Amino acid sequence: MALASETLSAAAAEGAGSERRLAVRQRLLDAVTWLTTPLLPDDYLGLLNPLWSARQLRGRVEAVLPETADAATLVIHPGQGWTPHRAGQYARVGVDVDGVRHWRSYSLSSPPERADGRITITVKADPTGLVSPYLVRRVTPGTIVYLAPAQGEFTLPELPPDRLLFVTGGSGITPVAAMLRSLALHNQVSDVVLVHSAPTPADVIFGTELRALAARLPSLRLYERHTRTDGRLTMAQLRRLCPDWRQRHVWACGPTGMLDEVERHWRRTKLADRLHVERFRPPVTAGGAGGRVRFVASGRQADADGTTPLLVIGENAGVLMPSGCRMGICYSCVARLRSGRVRDLRTGREHGDEGELVQTCVSAAAGPVEIDL
Amino acid sequence: MAVHTSEPVSATAHLSDVDIKEIGRELDQLRDEITASLGESDARYIRRVIAVQRRLEVSGRTLLMVSILPPAWLAGTACLAVAKILENMEIGHNVLHGQWDWMRDPEIHSTTWEWDSATPADMWKHSHNFVHHTYTNVLGKDRDIGYAVLRVSPEQPWHPVYLAQPVYNAVLAAFFEWGIAIYDIELERAWRGEKSWAATLNQLRGVARKAGRQVVKDYLAFPLLAGPSALPALLGNITANMARNVWSHTVIFCGHFPDGAEVFPEDQLDGESRGEWYLRQLLGSANITGGPLLHLMTGNLSHQIEHHLFPDLPSNRYAEIAPKVRDLCERYGLRYNAGSLLRQTATVWKNVLRLALPSPSRRAAGDAVPDYFAATTR
Repeated sequence: MALASETLSAAAAEGAGSERRLAVRQRLLDAVTWLTTPLLPDDYLGLLNPLWSARQLRGRVEAVLPETADAATLVIHPGQGWTPHRAGQYARVGVDVDGVRHWRSYSLSSPPERADGRITITVKADPTGLVSPYLVRRVTPGTIVYLAPAQGEFTLPELPPDRLLFVTGGSGITPVAAMLRSLALHNQVSDVVLVHSAPTPADVIFGTELRALAARLPSLRLYERHTRTDGRLTMAQLRRLCPDWRQRHVWACGPTGMLDEVERHWRRTKLADRLHVERFRPPVTAGGAGGRVRFVASGRQADADGTTPLLVIGENAGVLMPSGCRMGICYSCVARLRSGRVRDLRTGREHGDEGELVQTCVSAAAGPVEIDL
Repeated sequence: MAVHTSEPVSATAHLSDVDIKEIGRELDQLRDEITASLGESDARYIRRVIAVQRRLEVSGRTLLMVSILPPAWLAGTACLAVAKILENMEIGHNVLHGQWDWMRDPEIHSTTWEWDSATPADMWKHSHNFVHHTYTNVLGKDRDIGYAVLRVSPEQPWHPVYLAQPVYNAVLAAFFEWGIAIYDIELERAWRGEKSWAATLNQLRGVARKAGRQVVKDYLAFPLLAGPSALPALLGNITANMARNVWSHTVIFCGHFPDGAEVFPEDQLDGESRGEWYLRQLLGSANITGGPLLHLMTGNLSHQIEHHLFPDLPSNRYAEIAPKVRDLCERYGLRYNAGSLLRQTATVWKNVLRLALPSPSRRAAGDAVPDYFAATTR
């Protein structure tokens, strides 16, 4: 315990020191801004090393390691300003695909204790997706990606419970892998059951590592469910695999169907407070039939059809909409998309990522939409 | 060609409604083709131009630190002038048009960009992207016709103050960024009561804030940092800014004010169709012919026609669009106004000089029918 508190106070001292350093750095940058105006010192420092940007956290892909036929792990060197994550958390990652920035959320598969300070994400290529196939098959070492701070509550408590059950499926193993790696590093694998589903043995992400870990640690029991031959895992089978499931705290991550079942089961048995669930939500694609438009800042809502510009919808709803040419050339009307997708009325193309700036005068709602106005 | 009336014959009178609709469709299709093909190489292009520009600026400013040595002054000033031209023309103007918004990079985006000019980006975006690009060359609507101080079209009524315009146009060229900053405040509209003085004062403060930082950087901070080279460094900065001013004034005036660029009456806007809008952009703009370096240094405003047809398409694509627009013009008997920098500049100045005097307006004189009309009508 003494050792732990010593480490803590050392960390606190280091924290205060780095805070002072940051303050000095900030003052220096403020002064230099008078020389770089209207740009920021960042804009010039970025020429030397893109990872030095203080405005937008970046990372450099150092390696792309194939995991299965359609999944790969990206080893990323995060730039200045990356705060270590907690095992199980995810980060939003921005990548330029064909010149266009796209943001997606990925669980961090590396433990925060990794000695070289690198982080990893492990991505399974969705054949109908845009970003995941790019990350698995096309990205090359040296590529700069953009990062948002790690977030999420799908984490283990500071002092992990003695008995744990992980229920995972497919790429749902990625946040749990970070937890297991972290637990193993701290010798905290006291009694862990991992039930993982994947179509075949070859599709098990981190299969080799997990099997080796289970062989090394008697306190880790690994059950692989190969759904192509064995079918999908039922709750009755899960109870048989892990008879003391009632005594365990559970972390579950995987396909929606599996998670729905797990949630129902733990709710029915009144043990929902022991269950922690992480869902990966792919961006929702809705039809072009219009939808409910919510103007978040002004708190107004309106129903929109698929052909009326959002600008008109907003104006009719009494929202103060910035506008200009009303024909898509002057960009006076752009507003931030909080959620949902829009259709470009000139091309018919549907698009929309969270945080994207859209021209409201030539965009119509494609499903429910939230606008930051 | 027979001209029977004293009214000028519109350069589009020979086009049927079907023609105009077809022109609109063809140009829309061209736009869609380019939009669909935007990708990695375009993104690489703008990032490379930005990187080159920033390296040039750093080199220029570093050389000016030792500008007490004449070769360093010359090289430093040249680097800085080129950097400032690239920053304003190929980067700033085009980024602020939203040409690169499709990349969704918040660091190269029309809503976040600020440029190396006295005028704040948001004010310029309103006066340029909206007022000028929407109402291009419509008398009484497009404030860019003569920038509210010059008579560049015979349709503008004469006033004795225009007698001095050759002189003040030369002064404007040298101090162009300041002219634009004042122009963007729209003082004359406040004077006429078209906008409130409170809003105008607010904008004035915005310009003062932005311009203040610009002045401190170029004329105080960097010269002082140069120590013994302070005076030559100051002169270098003044020279670079003036060179950029004269260059951008020249390029921009070549875009709309040479011989042959049409102006339109306000009723043109009533129920204007997509095709008619395109035609107005086409006939109201003029190109400068030249090589890739000229196009780069003009921010591709040498392709002013293509820029006005598609103001938000990335500038690096105008060169590939131009032959298609020229071909369309030939097929429909429309003038495609293109000439060398020397020729276009000469006609701009000829007009500035001629229109300083009270000349009969084009409307009143039968012989003043634009000369290109005979040449291009079939």
